[in-house]
Amino acid sequence: MKPSATFEISHLQYLDEKAKPANKLPAFAEDPKVLKKLWQDMHFLRELDRRAVAMQRIGKMRTYPSSLGQEAVGIGAGSCLTEKDVLVPYYRGTGTMIMHGAKPHEILLYWGGDERGCDYQDPLAAEDFPIAVPIATQILHAAGVAAAFKLRGEAGRAVLTEIGEGGTSEGEFYEGINAAGAWNLPMVTLINNNQWAISVPPELQTAAQTFAQKGIAAGIESLQVDGNDIIAVKDAVGVALDKARKGGGPTLIEAVCYRLSDHTTADDASRYNDKKTHDEAWQKEPLKRLSEYLISLGAVKETDLEKFLETIKAEVDKEVKLYLDIIENQPQPPEAMFDYLYETLPEKYVVQRDEVMRREGGK
Amino acid sequence: MSTPITLIEAVTLALDYELGADADVVVFGEDVGKNGGVFRATDGLQAKYGEDRVIDTPLAEAMIVGLSVGMAAQGMKPVSEIQFMGFVFPAMNQIVTAASRLRNRTRGRLSCPMVIRMPYGGGIHAPEHHSESTEAMFSHIPGLRVVIPSNPSRAYGLLLAAIRNPDPVIFLEPKRVYRMVKHEIENNGEEYPLDCCFVDREGADLTLVSWGAFMHETLLAAEELAAEGISCEVIDAATVYPLDTDTIIESVEKTGRLVIVQEAPRSGGVGSQIAAEIAEKAILSLIAPIGLVAGYDTIMPYAKREHQYLPSVQRIKDEVNKGMAYT
Repeated sequence: MKPSATFEISHLQYLDEKAKPANKLPAFAEDPKVLKKLWQDMHFLRELDRRAVAMQRIGKMRTYPSSLGQEAVGIGAGSCLTEKDVLVPYYRGTGTMIMHGAKPHEILLYWGGDERGCDYQDPLAAEDFPIAVPIATQILHAAGVAAAFKLRGEAGRAVLTEIGEGGTSEGEFYEGINAAGAWNLPMVTLINNNQWAISVPPELQTAAQTFAQKGIAAGIESLQVDGNDIIAVKDAVGVALDKARKGGGPTLIEAVCYRLSDHTTADDASRYNDKKTHDEAWQKEPLKRLSEYLISLGAVKETDLEKFLETIKAEVDKEVKLYLDIIENQPQPPEAMFDYLYETLPEKYVVQRDEVMRREGGK
Repeated sequence: MSTPITLIEAVTLALDYELGADADVVVFGEDVGKNGGVFRATDGLQAKYGEDRVIDTPLAEAMIVGLSVGMAAQGMKPVSEIQFMGFVFPAMNQIVTAASRLRNRTRGRLSCPMVIRMPYGGGIHAPEHHSESTEAMFSHIPGLRVVIPSNPSRAYGLLLAAIRNPDPVIFLEPKRVYRMVKHEIENNGEEYPLDCCFVDREGADLTLVSWGAFMHETLLAAEELAAEGISCEVIDAATVYPLDTDTIIESVEKTGRLVIVQEAPRSGGVGSQIAAEIAEKAILSLIAPIGLVAGYDTIMPYAKREHQYLPSVQRIKDEVNKGMAYT
């Protein structure tokens, strides 16, 4: 017998766990300013999550999924998107979304229970999908957007979509990447392998050695990156998007990191995680790694950290205030539940719309 | 006038018209391309419009609908085909959690101008899972429209309207009628409204409401009953969700009696919804209890026994006669 086909999954890492370059860095990472901007964005996301979780504890936020420990995945990937690209996010895509035009207060509005949170006002996000909660459904939407680009001959455009490693067990994940492969669609699928699907670890999701190799069965280029190394994430996603924009077809990227938060504010990870592993993960987390590297370069000074963090806190606080002002002082009128049901509300429902206005004080 | 055509040919004609008129329209599904669809609904369209407009997909229903959502959000108008209604269930997730609510979720920023065509219903001795009528499952999902043509003219006019509609439309084609009757259709691109019933026969004694394939048995029953001196008004509900009940109420206010004929199981169907709305809004006009002729609350029997399940002209007449006993 001889092999019919052979496959391999590569693992990409630039900064090792001690924040030392393990490989020759890609060109963008030679510029400390680029890295410092990513570092700031990761800090912003961490602070935004911290505030969202804190607000949930005092009843000012509904169920919220934090990206703690996974900042390199969202920020790294999101930093590769251009104004021509479309993002099709999943529910833990806060980092990617804020990098592509969704405003932090809009994301807070969504999780705070207001539909306006998906009506992104920035033109950068005008075509982006809203957050997908039903697992893996977004992979198909991404393939559909990519199919539209291809059918219309819109070269130079690509789609980025994200999913958790647990989501790759869904049939729709495979259906989406399979279609992307069959039609050579300009689509990049990023798996955030944060080791947990709520309480279920990878070994209970799959017998596959990596989640990246699931892309092999769809015939698409697939690789794994160190998800705690933002240089690796940004490099892999950037290269993949560029390939897609040039007609080179889809890529699947698995970013391996660790969820340092609960699944959402409605979860208690101490029920199922292992404290030792969790504590060890704190030693590998992405912000620590990039901070140490930037300090070693002298691009960040430890003495400036406190002042810097105050600036980040103030920026996040502005968005939080914006969110609270909208959700508390500018509620949608009750009839808003009918306003976007159809382009034109069927005559039949006008009586129901009138009733909710009458009962709940509509305009 | 043109040569009379069947319902399936009217579907093809409407697709052909709109593919020609609107570059954003794409036809999408399993076997719709070279093969022209298993019922030949898309016959010849790929040859005419090319592989980028009439697209053969991998065999995955959720994918067909999910990709349609993505394409529609980009402003394309995918008309996808699910080969048989019995196979739509993998795509229900996409229909319910994505297509029906994208406009609402984004406050109108994105929308889903798409049509999902599906042959449905029994009576053609098809294998298991090829004969069910589950229109009620879709008629419970805000944001969708559910449209069911009963004859070739309506298939043409309603499909054009469905494709042009800016929201997702479930378009159910009664496959027993695909080649049952022919209509002369002028291919002028004229659409029918998506929010009103059709009054197909006027009458004074009793209102019969049906949709899909059983419009034919219902009209036949009305014909036979007329010979027996009972004057039935016959309404084709056609756009079953959102349903135009005004036309039905108006008719019931005139006749005082209502019999609903549906192929689907009795419980929880579109018929129950019609009965509930008439009870709510026109009960004082009724002189007889509302009658419902329906499939039984059973699993759709396989081919050998489906005729015992499906409503018949006799069952319709029996129910009408029950109503006529009240004066």
